[in-house]
Amino acid sequence: MNWTVIGIWLGALLSLSLYSFLYKDNPFYKFAEHLFVGMSAGYWVIYTIMNVLIPNWWNNLVPAEGGMQPIWLIPGFLGLFMVLRVVPKLSGLSRMSLALIVGTGAGLSMTAMFQTNALAQVNGTIISLGQGGGWFNWVSNIIVVAGVVCGLVYFFFSKAHTGIVGKTANVGITILMVAFGASFGYTVMARISLLIGQTQFLLFDWLPTMGIHL
Amino acid sequence: MRLAIPLMITFVAGMIMIFQFFVPATQSIGETLQEWYMIVASFAIFLGSVNLLYVHTHRIRFKGRNWKYSPVTIIGFAAMIITGLVFGIEPGKPFDYMFTQMMVPMGATMFSLLAFFVASAAFRAFRASNWRATLLLISAFVVMLGRVPIGAMIWGKIPLISEWIMQYPNMAGQRAVMIGAAMGMVATSLRMIFGIERSYLGGAD
Repeated sequence: MNWTVIGIWLGALLSLSLYSFLYKDNPFYKFAEHLFVGMSAGYWVIYTIMNVLIPNWWNNLVPAEGGMQPIWLIPGFLGLFMVLRVVPKLSGLSRMSLALIVGTGAGLSMTAMFQTNALAQVNGTIISLGQGGGWFNWVSNIIVVAGVVCGLVYFFFSKAHTGIVGKTANVGITILMVAFGASFGYTVMARISLLIGQTQFLLFDWLPTMGIHL
Repeated sequence: MRLAIPLMITFVAGMIMIFQFFVPATQSIGETLQEWYMIVASFAIFLGSVNLLYVHTHRIRFKGRNWKYSPVTIIGFAAMIITGLVFGIEPGKPFDYMFTQMMVPMGATMFSLLAFFVASAAFRAFRASNWRATLLLISAFVVMLGRVPIGAMIWGKIPLISEWIMQYPNMAGQRAVMIGAAMGMVATSLRMIFGIERSYLGGAD
């Protein structure tokens, strides 16, 4: 049995079933959609077990050199408490797990994420002004600095957007509109690229299995 | 007491993460806590899976809307779990085969379907009603045109303009959003660590 050809047919039939939604909602689409949901959930469960729980938890709890590290039972129990949310009488225990996730996440956001998402961005913005590269590059860098400052003023709601603050915020809106337009265009092109990839798969991988060569 | 212990856990975990950033001696505690965080957070996938199975078995039992497709979801879920646990996840094994031959094409198709919906939504939403909306429209149009060969065929400078928009005005806008969000995140994090924000605990008093 040629498993490669079977795989191509499976992929092609499921892709065509999903594309059939462009005509209207139909049983083929619903079948593929439900299958995708189930398989994705199963995939992520296995991925989590193999790539997170076994290396990070089990291998620390029961190291290869022998013995057991009871301290690693704590995250195991907290994980179990999380799942117990489905048991109404014990669902309160899941608060402990959530507390650990939220506390650690908040602490991380305060430091590491603030450093990368705020300080490093400010640093990158200011440093761009000191770079050479001719007048065009300089004007472009001024646009970045002015855009960031005006954009931030637009997000500052503690002061009414009137007078100079209002004018600066208006420039900020303009920059944000250009940025959103660019992001939209970029996203659309990423989707179009996937569409082209899938069309190529159907035309150049699937059709040849039926003897049709384009 | 119902809230005191979770609030204490949040406070201690948050403070450890802040301290480990500034005090090198506490870094190992921070690293261990980060591993615990990853382990506990990963259990959420089991919670989601239990919920998915509950919803679909419930739908089959009470013959809810589209219940005939629910067994497909359950079979797909079981197939991935069984093949992953029995045969492993190495390349060439059934789990990997189902992932590459079925899930990858379905994922790509699902996301490529969005191209049609985004295009139709844009057609309705992108009205050049004022000059800023026009700017958004032009910016999106130039970026799209700059990323396909026809853009360069129309005018050689279109890809350069597209690249400039991405590198300068787009970056400025994205940075403003990112810095603003980071500020908000710090404020929210402080509220959570000090127990002012408690909605994540289910709104209990």
